[in-house]
Amino acid sequence: MYKGGRIIASLIIFVAFLTLPFFFNLGKANAGPDLPTYASSSDSQCVEPAAYMKANHMQLLLKWRDSDVRDGNSVYINSQGKSFDISLETCVQCHTTQATKNTVGVNNPALNTSDQFCVSCHNYASVKPTCWNCHSGPEGATK
Amino acid sequence: MKALLSFLAVIVLILIATLGVDVANLHFLFGIIIPYLAFVLFVGGFVYRVIKWGRSPVPYRIPTTCGQQKSLPWIKQAKIENPTTVLGVIVRMALEIFFFRSLFRNTKTELRVGEDGPKLVHGSAKWLWFGSLVFHWSFLIIIVRHLRFFLEPVPYFVQLIDSIDGMLQIGLPPIYLTDAFFLCAVIYLFLRRLALPQVRYISLAADYFPLFIIMGIAISGILMRYFFRVDIVAVKELALGLVQLHPAIPEGIGVLFYIHLFLISTLFAYFPTSKLMHMGGIFLSPTRNMMSNNRMVRHINPWNHAVEVHSYAEYEDEFRDKMKKAGIPVEKE
Ligand code: HEC
Ligand code: HEC
Ligand code: HEC
Repeated sequence: MYKGGRIIASLIIFVAFLTLPFFFNLGKANAGPDLPTYASSSDSQCVEPAAYMKANHMQLLLKWRDSDVRDGNSVYINSQGKSFDISLETCVQCHTTQATKNTVGVNNPALNTSDQFCVSCHNYASVKPTCWNCHSGPEGATK
Repeated sequence: MKALLSFLAVIVLILIATLGVDVANLHFLFGIIIPYLAFVLFVGGFVYRVIKWGRSPVPYRIPTTCGQQKSLPWIKQAKIENPTTVLGVIVRMALEIFFFRSLFRNTKTELRVGEDGPKLVHGSAKWLWFGSLVFHWSFLIIIVRHLRFFLEPVPYFVQLIDSIDGMLQIGLPPIYLTDAFFLCAVIYLFLRRLALPQVRYISLAADYFPLFIIMGIAISGILMRYFFRVDIVAVKELALGLVQLHPAIPEGIGVLFYIHLFLISTLFAYFPTSKLMHMGGIFLSPTRNMMSNNRMVRHINPWNHAVEVHSYAEYEDEFRDKMKKAGIPVEKE
């Protein structure tokens, strides 16, 4: 082989690159995001059924924002006819662990701590919503 | 016709995935077996092709250059266009691979109506270069972004690329710039083949098929992200299961995902047998990766066959007596 050494070495690097994910995750558990129990509310259902929420909650939030900010309509009526106050706080009120229940805004479940509802999932999926740059306090958007 | 056939082939692939998952419930086949198979075929086929190329003889120095060759000391050498050092070659190759430098020099030639009859005119043609550049870079960024499904925890550079790509923050989930660029570039590359008669004439089904399948992958991905959302967490569990060699099918991933995955698997499996191997081939292009020292160094063909020669001295040794008798002058008495 002409320049065989270089070709083989390049191929090894190439294959190493391709198999990187195999080695990176070696021996780790495939447990998914570790979602804390959030059944602190009396309701056992989310704003919409859980399967829908799992995949579509960000689009629902977008709809909420448009509805509130553009159409001035601050009540959302879900598919079962139940109404919800349109605000990011609505989510946070249900989705808090007992320990952080009373400190919404200070210990916002959407923010950093890893055992929090939204964040554990978002870290897992590598999404960083910027919403809480502004929506940080219990009183809603502050900027 | 060739375009239509390729298009139909991709439609059939989509139907296979839809029926296989939605009707026949073959999640295990489409989610696990086919992706593994495709990966093995891709890596194996790629390595096989490159080694096969590597084994073919490279007897000649054939760099194609377009700059001043190294010459007398006061003549300025084009160090990159006509490299005589390893560094020069590396720079030249890097420009080629990252910025498609030789495509940048693409020209077009046309017959135009002049005052006295038709005139042959040459002009620069940068659209193909621009389109391919956008296409390839977007593709690369999209692939790197997808690492978020395969790595846990997600490394910082993947998050960074993700956030830069989504920096416009339009919609939720935010629109990726590369999604738009990529789709425009693929459509441009496809329309170019249809619109230019010369290019259409030389286009084969093997040119259209990769374009259509890549278009299918892009469109299914975009639909899945912005319109018919699938459960991303479940998708990541599937992907992680695959790379941890503990494959499992999580519940409730939409069929759109399986179409996306099946098209990708097909592309990967098809890759080593197709023109897409230019990904590896570019590194092995002798016209690009050789130093232009044709006349500075004596290059001996490594495969030179030993040729039997009969020199004059040997000839004279053999026939000296006869030559002397015939009165022919000899060099050695
Ligand atoms: C009334 C209380 C309540 C409110 C308000 C609420 N949720 Fe939920 N949410 C729940 C419950 C309870 C579940 C679990 C449902 C289940 O597993 O069946 C849930 C599940 C979810 C899930 C799926 C998690 C999983 O298990 O995979 C997401 C995502 C989610 N909620 C997001 C939101 C967002 C975003 C908002 C604000 C728009 C919100 N929730 C508002 C109670 C609530
Ligand atoms: C630049 C700061 C900023 C960012 C970032 C931001 N918002 Fe807002 N948002 C606002 C302001 C200001 C309002 C109006 C508040 C009002 O009318 O009282 C608002 C209103 C809303 C509302 C209406 C109800 C409410 O909570 O007052 C929703 C829902 C909402 N935003 C969702 C989001 C989501 C989801 C994101 C993240 C993708 C986000 N916002 C990011 C500033 C921001
Ligand atoms: C079941 C896991 C899960 C939970 C729980 C969850 N999210 Fe998400 N969220 C996701 C995923 C996955 C995405 C990204 C989807 C994508 O990239 O296509 C996302 C995206 C978002 C986005 C859009 C930002 C972006 O960059 O895509 C917002 C806003 C958001 N989530 C808000 C929330 C809020 C608020 C909560 C808590 C009440 C929450 N999410 C809980 C999984 C989850």
